[in-house]
Amino acid sequence: MTTHAPLAVEATGLVKSFGDTRAVDGVDLTVGRGSIYGVLGPNGAGKTTTIRMLATLIRPDAGSARIFGRDIVEEADAVRGTVSLTGQLASVDEDLTGRENLILLGRLLGFKRTAAKDRAAELLEAFGLSEAASRLVKNYSGGMRRRLDIAASLVVTPELMFLDEPTTGLDPRSRNQVWEIIRALVAEGTTILLCTQYLEEADQLADGIAVIDRGKVIAEGTPGQLKASVGSGALHVRLLDPEQRPTAEQVLSRELGSVTLETDPAALSASCSAADRAAEAIAELTRSGVRIADFSLGQPSLDEVFLALTGHPTDEVSTGQPNPIEEEQKA
Amino acid sequence: MSTAPATQPSFTPEADAAAVRKAISSTPRPPRPGALSAALAFGWRGMLKVKHVPEQLLDVTITPVMFVLMFTYLFGGAIAGSTGEYLDYILPGILVMSVLFTTVYSGVALNTDLTKGVVDRFRSLPIWRSAPLVGSLLGDAVRYVIAGTVIILLGVILGYRPGAGIVGVLAALALVVVFAFGLSWVFTTLGLLLRTPNAVMNAGFMGIFPLTFLSNVFVDPATLPAGLEAFVDVNPVSILATASRGLMEGNADSGDIAIVLAVAVALTAVFAPLTTRLYRRR
Repeated sequence: MTTHAPLAVEATGLVKSFGDTRAVDGVDLTVGRGSIYGVLGPNGAGKTTTIRMLATLIRPDAGSARIFGRDIVEEADAVRGTVSLTGQLASVDEDLTGRENLILLGRLLGFKRTAAKDRAAELLEAFGLSEAASRLVKNYSGGMRRRLDIAASLVVTPELMFLDEPTTGLDPRSRNQVWEIIRALVAEGTTILLCTQYLEEADQLADGIAVIDRGKVIAEGTPGQLKASVGSGALHVRLLDPEQRPTAEQVLSRELGSVTLETDPAALSASCSAADRAAEAIAELTRSGVRIADFSLGQPSLDEVFLALTGHPTDEVSTGQPNPIEEEQKA
Repeated sequence: MSTAPATQPSFTPEADAAAVRKAISSTPRPPRPGALSAALAFGWRGMLKVKHVPEQLLDVTITPVMFVLMFTYLFGGAIAGSTGEYLDYILPGILVMSVLFTTVYSGVALNTDLTKGVVDRFRSLPIWRSAPLVGSLLGDAVRYVIAGTVIILLGVILGYRPGAGIVGVLAALALVVVFAFGLSWVFTTLGLLLRTPNAVMNAGFMGIFPLTFLSNVFVDPATLPAGLEAFVDVNPVSILATASRGLMEGNADSGDIAIVLAVAVALTAVFAPLTTRLYRRR
C-alpha cells in the first residue's frame, strides 16, 4: 500500500509492565488507512494493553505510537478526537437505557439536546435496537449489548475504531451480525483495529494480521501468508465404499504425495496446498472407478498456525499465565 | 424477554448493513462541548441513575430519619431536659450529619463505576478530563439536597419551628451542600485509591463517624473533658453545625460561615486535582 497520508497506526517498541509482568514487551504495529487489521492472540498476550495504550487510556513505559500522525502521549487529546473504543468489558452504562447511553455520548461529543436525541434514534434504528431503546442495558442480551456498544462508538464516525474482542461470548447469529456491521464500517472508510482470540474471526475480517504472544508480535502478514508460512493444507476425501480405500490411497499418493488414513474407514486425506492439483486428484480418483461420497480442501486453521508459530497451543497460555489486564483492573 | 421471532427486532444482515452504512455516513462531527456542558451531561447521567433505581435514596434518608427519632425521643429528655428543646438543638446538626454521610457514597459510587467498561469510553473521549468527576458530584449534590430536605420536613412534622423561617432553612441547606461538595472530593480520592466499593464505604465511615460525633452535632461541648472540647471546637463539622443553627435561627456568625466556605474551597483545591490525576491514571 503506497499512500502519502499518515498511517492509521504506527507503533514502535511499545512496552507496558504491570508490577513484574511485562504485559506488552516491544510491540511494533503498522496499520494502513481503511483496512481491518487483526491482532490475534490468546488471553493475556497483551492485546488489550496494546489497545489501551493506542487509545490513550494508559501511557506506554517505553516506545511510541502515532495515530494518523499524532503522538499518543504528546497529542493525546487530538488522538481522542479521531478514535473510538469498544472495549472488552462492554463500554456502555448498564444502569441506563440504550437510548440514554447514546444521548449521553452524543452530548459528550458536542451535539445539542435535540440533535443528540435524533442521532440516538437513528443509530438505534440502524442497529435493530429501536424496540429495546427504553430498556435498561443490564437487561439486554449479549448480542444487543454488543450492537449498542458498537453504535456508541459511532455517534460520530471515528477515523479509527478499536474493537476489543467484539464477538466474545456471542452466539453464531449475533456474531455474524457484528461481522456484517464491521464490514459496513470499513466500506465507509473507517479503519479498524480488531483484537481477537478467535482465529476464524481474524481470518474472516482482517486484511492483515499480527500474531501476538506474551507481549510480542511473533508473526505478521495477510491471513493467506500466515497460513502459507505454516505449511500446506489437506484434501479430505470420504468414499462411498470403504473397500475402495486401498485403491484411493494408491491414486492419491501418486498424485499428491503423503496420504493419511483417517479413523473413519471410508476416509483419507492427502497433503495438498493448491486447489487445481486437488481437482486433478479427484478427477483421477473418479477415472480409477473410486466412488466419492464427499471431499473438501481444508486450509490449515489459524489454530494450527498459532501452534506452529509459538510451539504451544492457544489455550495453554490462557490458563497458565495470569491475565495482566484483569490483574490491572482489580488493582 | 420475548422469544417469539415476530416480536424480536428483525435484523437481517443485508438490510442492516445498508442502514448502518447510512447512519455512519450521515453525520458531520459537531464542535467539541465546553467543560461545563460536558460536566452537566455527567450530572444528567447521575440523575438518570436515581430515576431508574430510586431505592438508592433510601440509603441516604432512612439512617438520618432513624437518628432524628432515636436521639430526640431516647436522649432528648436526658440531654436537654425536654424532647422539644433537644429537637431545636439537634435538627440542624442531623441535617449536617445526614448530608455529610451522603458524601461517602460519592466515593463508593465512583469506585463502583471504575469496575465498569464505560469508564474507558469516557476516558477515550475528547472532553475536559475532570468532567466525569465534577459532573457526578453535581449530580450527587441533588442527592444531598434530597437528604437534607427529608430531615427538615421530618423536623417540621415533629414540631421544629426555625426562627429564620424558610429563607434561613434554605440558606443553611445551601451552606451544608457547599461544604459537602468540598468534602466529597476527599471520598472520591479514597474511591480511586481503594480496591473495592466496600473498602471505600468502611474507610469512609471510619473517618466520617468520629468527625461528626466528635462535634457539637449531638451535645453541647461545654460538658466535655478539656482536650476533647478543644478538638470539638476546631472541628469544621462543629463550625458548620453552629453556622447552620445560626442561619436557621437568624443569628448566624459570619465568621463561622466564612470558615466553612474556606474549608470547602481548601478541600476542593487539594483533593479535586488529586482525584482528577488518579482518575486519569487508572
